[in-house]
Amino acid sequence: MSPFHLLIVLLLLSSVGYYIGRRRAFAVAGGRSGIQSLHSRPVYYGALTAMWCGIPALVVFAAWLAFEPAIITHLVVDSMPDTVRSLPADRINLMVNDIKNLVSGNIVSGKISPALQTAAEQYRHIQGISSAALAVIVMVISIAAITMVRGRIQPALRARNHVEMLIKYLLIICSTIAIFTTIGIVLSVLYEAIRFFKAVSLTEFLFGLEWSPQMAIRADQVGSSGAFGAVPVFMGTMLISAIAMAVAVPIGLMSAIYLSEYAGGRFRAAAKPLMEILAGIPTVVYGFFAALAVAPFIRDSGGLLGWDISSESALAAGLVMGVMIIPFVSSLSDDVINAVPQALRDGSYGLGATRSETIRQVVLPAALPGIVGGILLAVSRAIGETMIVVMAAGLSANLTVNPFKTVTTVTVQIVTLLVGDQEFDSPKTLAAFALGLVLFVVTLILNVIALHVVRKYREQYE
Amino acid sequence: MNRQNANTNAARICPVRTRDVVNRGLAKRYRSERRFRRLGLTAIALSLSFLSLLFISIIGNGYTAFQQTFMELEVFLDPAVLEPGNLSTANYPGLVKTSMRTMFPDVRGRSDKRALYGLVSTGAAFQIREIVMNDPSVIGQTLNLWVPADDDVDMLVKGHFDRNLPEDERRLNDRQLEWIDQLTAEGKIRKQFNKTFFTAGDSREPELSGIRGALTGSFYTLLVTLVLSFPIGVAAAVYLEEFAPTNRWTDLIEVNINNLAAVPSIVFGLLGLAVFLNFFGLPRSAPLVGGLVLTLMTLPTIIIASRASLKSVPPSIREAALGIGASKMQMVAHHVLPLALPGMLTGTIIGMAQALGETAPLLMIGMVAFIVDVPGGFTDPSTVMPVQIYLWADSPERAFVERTSAAIMVLLAFLIVMNAAAVVLRKRFERRW
Repeated sequence: MSPFHLLIVLLLLSSVGYYIGRRRAFAVAGGRSGIQSLHSRPVYYGALTAMWCGIPALVVFAAWLAFEPAIITHLVVDSMPDTVRSLPADRINLMVNDIKNLVSGNIVSGKISPALQTAAEQYRHIQGISSAALAVIVMVISIAAITMVRGRIQPALRARNHVEMLIKYLLIICSTIAIFTTIGIVLSVLYEAIRFFKAVSLTEFLFGLEWSPQMAIRADQVGSSGAFGAVPVFMGTMLISAIAMAVAVPIGLMSAIYLSEYAGGRFRAAAKPLMEILAGIPTVVYGFFAALAVAPFIRDSGGLLGWDISSESALAAGLVMGVMIIPFVSSLSDDVINAVPQALRDGSYGLGATRSETIRQVVLPAALPGIVGGILLAVSRAIGETMIVVMAAGLSANLTVNPFKTVTTVTVQIVTLLVGDQEFDSPKTLAAFALGLVLFVVTLILNVIALHVVRKYREQYE
Repeated sequence: MNRQNANTNAARICPVRTRDVVNRGLAKRYRSERRFRRLGLTAIALSLSFLSLLFISIIGNGYTAFQQTFMELEVFLDPAVLEPGNLSTANYPGLVKTSMRTMFPDVRGRSDKRALYGLVSTGAAFQIREIVMNDPSVIGQTLNLWVPADDDVDMLVKGHFDRNLPEDERRLNDRQLEWIDQLTAEGKIRKQFNKTFFTAGDSREPELSGIRGALTGSFYTLLVTLVLSFPIGVAAAVYLEEFAPTNRWTDLIEVNINNLAAVPSIVFGLLGLAVFLNFFGLPRSAPLVGGLVLTLMTLPTIIIASRASLKSVPPSIREAALGIGASKMQMVAHHVLPLALPGMLTGTIIGMAQALGETAPLLMIGMVAFIVDVPGGFTDPSTVMPVQIYLWADSPERAFVERTSAAIMVLLAFLIVMNAAAVVLRKRFERRW
């Protein structure tokens, strides 16, 4: 029985449980006339039965599915001949992949040896036992739960309180998923990053000036050592982000000011959604646009002026990224500017200031903390933006601040290191996680500061 | 009194009045006012012009992809080649070649012949195979078929091909151009609606590639995301807004949610790679895993929107429900949730639109593989629309540029529909209390 079918069976069992519980409630109350003797409405007795039938079985089901493949693989490898088991870990991994491919009927790399064939047979065998056992266990649990709850149903059972408590616990679990996600991110990235720092020292990674993360297969190849000094990568990220902010901050701020202080209702109603379209366009589209139209345009116009501009220049990627961030900056600043009390403006007008003077000398200084917070959020977004730079910026890690040259960024390196075939014991792959850790920590700090600043600012005027 | 005297004294000594000072500066101040105002307008104009530039460039590059060049072939379904036993493996490319040779009988020489065969897509052989497999009785007949032309021919017909380049820099040589002109003159080349684009999966040949595989993959991925993130997000929002006591624990959850909303998406990809693929051993490139990763990514958006929506339900409704004896859970389930639901749905649709356009985390979990088949389930290897766009954007063939743009147009159409639905929902059910 496939997991999907089992899930449907479980659902059916739960609804059966609901009807059994509800009928039992009527029965113990002595039919519809005696319904007032029940503590809760009959539906709650049904719901209680259904929940006890469904939830424990579902937990077992999920846990089983999560650990099944690992356990089966372990059993299969253990039962293979000693010659196989003494192989190095990576060979065993390859073999396990072959076995799994055999089992699922995919194409297997290399020849199928008899040992592999028997292993696959055994895998299939254990898998069959496992899924049958799962089905039996899950059904036994749910049916046992139904009979147990049914036996305890009596008029005095506080079914509603019980059901509500269960629901509340479910709600609590759902709300903690955010915390588990954060813990998951930190642990997974940190774990692989620590493995990386066992091979490459932290100081070399943070302060080294050379980045070329190839690991050669043979020791005598050119560039076999690999250099993991990430300074050029950080510099590239900062260069592109700086260009992006140089585009996004003035344009975003000015359009926010115009929209909130000058524009009439109709203009605002038309222009604001149009600006928001910019925010809704997927970044891969911006990346394509940057590579297809902007980068060649910048290269050619540079050529006309006699400048040598690379076709993967930091300028093109930064420019397009800036445009992507404009609506972000503008909507955040718009909120902040609107939160400045009208009394401040009126006071300024009363003293005879023009609108622009009011904005520059009263509104903007008052809104400054909020705007800075918004800009920090925008910077964190620029640093973490991936697709635009993957498609429009280059791969070579040049240590330069020349926007016409090719630079690379943290996100580009993560993507190039992790897309394609990977082995999880080479520093090359693990370097991506080290970069990911840096990215996560930096954006986290920026976000915490920014959110704090914005919140403090809001409180100030509330 | 004294001060007034001083003022009049000052005015007497120096006959400049404040009003004059103000008036003198006024022209300059008004100029700077206008300048500032124009600056604001320019900023908006700049961003909007960039938006239109983007749309013009995408549509201008992409609209031609909805048409495809076909050429007419007279194919003799030779019984000597198509024996009943080998119908699925017979030499169909050979049939195509024979029919090309009969069309241009005077082509001699190996390289010329190869150039001639290069005009027609490899898809022609598959098309003939399908016809024969469906109805073996056609063997022995001569069929007039419209088969897809090669992508270079397609580019030539659509005008994306520069005939004036020197021959060795062109993808089509002089003889090929001659043949194409001859075929065009005979009316054997024409453009048709490009059905393949919507019915085929990915392919290395531009003329045979389509977006159906990516669309199906996106559908499965979003389904997983929706099924998981909507209930979990709503549940979390209900707990935090209606039940949670204000203590350090709920503060921690709040800070976490706000932070997760701003974590770069690629970090979620790293999480998916390390946890779902390496730790739990889930299959690579599967919509299931993609959906899980996108769920974690869209949850903060949905939770924040749902909380805002719950906040906007006035307390009087809660008090009324509690007053007539409802429990807290009943109050939430029967009164608050239904009133907050439109806002939650709006937030969910916006979250789904984000998930539909997301690329980077899916690259990390292997959805970037070249996959020809249309996925049939949640664990089949598949790709999604934005990743397909990324893959095609990387392909060197000129014909993939228009296909990339066309795929972007389809993706943007979906996004616009989703966002419009969110706006309509908001307008329709928005209540001012």
